[in-house]
Amino acid sequence: MELTGVTKEYPGGVTALRGVDLSIGGGELLAIVGPSGSGKSTLLHIVGTLDRPTSGGVRIAGHDIAALSDRSLSALRSRHVGFVFQSFHLVPGISARANVAEGLLYSGLSRAERGRRAAWALERVGLGDRMDHRPHELSGGQKQRVAIARAVAGAPDLLLADEPTGALDTASGESVMELLHELNQDGATIAVITHDNEIAASLPRQVRIRDGEVVADIRACRAAPAGADAGADAGAAR
Amino acid sequence: MSRTRRRVRKPAARLSPPRLSSRDVLHVGSAGLRARPMRVFLSALGIAIGIATMIAVVGISSSSQAKLLRELDRLGTNMLVATPGQGMFSGQDTTLPKEAPGMISRIAGVESVGTTGDVAESVRRSENIPKEETGGVAVKAAKDDLPGTLRASVASGTWLNDATGRYPSVVLGDVSARRLGITEPGQQVFIGGRYFTVIGILGPVPLAPEIERSALIGWDAAERLLGFDGHPTAVYERSADDRVAAVRELIARTANPQAPSAVSVTDPSAALQAKAATEGAFSTLLLGLGGIALLVGGVGVANTMIISVLERRHEIGLRRSLGGTRGQIRIQFVTESLLLSGLGGLAGTVLGGAATAVYARTGDMPWVVPPWAVGGGFAATLVIGTLAGLYPAVRAARLSPTLALATA
Repeated sequence: MELTGVTKEYPGGVTALRGVDLSIGGGELLAIVGPSGSGKSTLLHIVGTLDRPTSGGVRIAGHDIAALSDRSLSALRSRHVGFVFQSFHLVPGISARANVAEGLLYSGLSRAERGRRAAWALERVGLGDRMDHRPHELSGGQKQRVAIARAVAGAPDLLLADEPTGALDTASGESVMELLHELNQDGATIAVITHDNEIAASLPRQVRIRDGEVVADIRACRAAPAGADAGADAGAAR
Repeated sequence: MSRTRRRVRKPAARLSPPRLSSRDVLHVGSAGLRARPMRVFLSALGIAIGIATMIAVVGISSSSQAKLLRELDRLGTNMLVATPGQGMFSGQDTTLPKEAPGMISRIAGVESVGTTGDVAESVRRSENIPKEETGGVAVKAAKDDLPGTLRASVASGTWLNDATGRYPSVVLGDVSARRLGITEPGQQVFIGGRYFTVIGILGPVPLAPEIERSALIGWDAAERLLGFDGHPTAVYERSADDRVAAVRELIARTANPQAPSAVSVTDPSAALQAKAATEGAFSTLLLGLGGIALLVGGVGVANTMIISVLERRHEIGLRRSLGGTRGQIRIQFVTESLLLSGLGGLAGTVLGGAATAVYARTGDMPWVVPPWAVGGGFAATLVIGTLAGLYPAVRAARLSPTLALATA
């Protein structure tokens, strides 16, 4: 995943991003951190191909975003990007398993395969015993776990988590972060967008954003080898 | 790392989104409906009322037509009536020769003949009723196989036979029996200065309404007791179906060889056939009302769909983020709209069919709902569903995913 000189202007003269360069390698776990209004949400949308930059290049999984049609972008999202939202966005009235399976609807997998993967993903996030619960029967932390399961069920190259702990109490938030760490150790590339410095500090890499610009890109020294190991493990495991 | 590279390069060549299976399309299209059953019920109701009206209008007119045709089938279209027509000089009354019935019965193809002759007397319930109050009931002399030729049934009592036809006995048509207040055979009526005993009452005779309004007495009795001149005034004739046209040609010449033009030949079933045709022509006004209801129903569906799209912005954003294409969002909402109006159409068809059934049952008609009406009604709902869903669906698909996901 690579951003070069990405600028995003909104109609009305608001410039959300000014020449952002950012590259995310496989197996990384990073925080994109900044106060509200810093442009981190815009960055999330551009990295997640939900929006296109005004200028600058975005390459995801070898594809140049600018050259792709809306259809191709949708296909790219379904194969390579997974989203976790602050407000979960679960479909009410259907079971956790159906919610996760719904996330695979646009992947082209058969119905049976979607169901199998959904079950596997829910086991993975520790909700194997809550598969048939509907969202209103789950706690906030459990809902977010369902949302994470939905995002990882398709084995995306990049998992984007937008304030994943924003709507949760401290304990649930911590367990969700723990889960993200575990998933990263299994080889997932995860970017957590947050305004919370404490959460950002717990991650191996922090990209600090202010007023649409990257002001700092800090890598914790101890994290690098861990990430590399995880990548190698994942490669061997698959 | 190298693994990731490999995985990336491979699909880089083609990035076309997979198609949703029709079952998946149906699944996402009905998800919104399953979540809000009350709204589905109300917005499908408009369509249902429109379709039900149209089906019922067509069904009821088809059912009454079917009843008439069934009756026509029973009565047959192979009966002709010879009556005295206009004479050469205007105003001159003509009569049929006394031999006419016998002559007609000898025409090739004629199977049965029934004859009546008008008797210039009135029929009253008793001698105390003034002569002028005839109640519109005519006295006729009858001979030959009149009920058989008319396919008239005797509702109670018996028909005149050789014995009873000689004595003062009378058979009443159903209308005349009602008008005279006669409910069963055995009662007496006053004709031409003496009492006649009612020996039978006929059922309805749709082919010859004049018989329903008659008091029929035996030919001999009429001549003997009432001074009847013996000239027939109507000869009913029934022939084989394939001989009707030929008999029609011959009947006037045969009945009155001296003055064929003084014989008028009519086909009473023609009137019934015309009536059946008009019954089948359903009311365009009612059909138009159904159409308007359908249109209003369609507007209701469009309205519901627009609200649904507004409410489900988050879901739309989520689906886009999961990799749903604009086309897939569009088809989801068009499917939802189609299902909505299709449900209405289905309910309307059932309702319209049921309304027709109730009507048919109370009117002793066969239950007929023409397949073209059902097919046409359903096609109309599908067209309406597509039209009503198209604009909201296009709006949903155009929604920017980032705006749709924004929490607010």
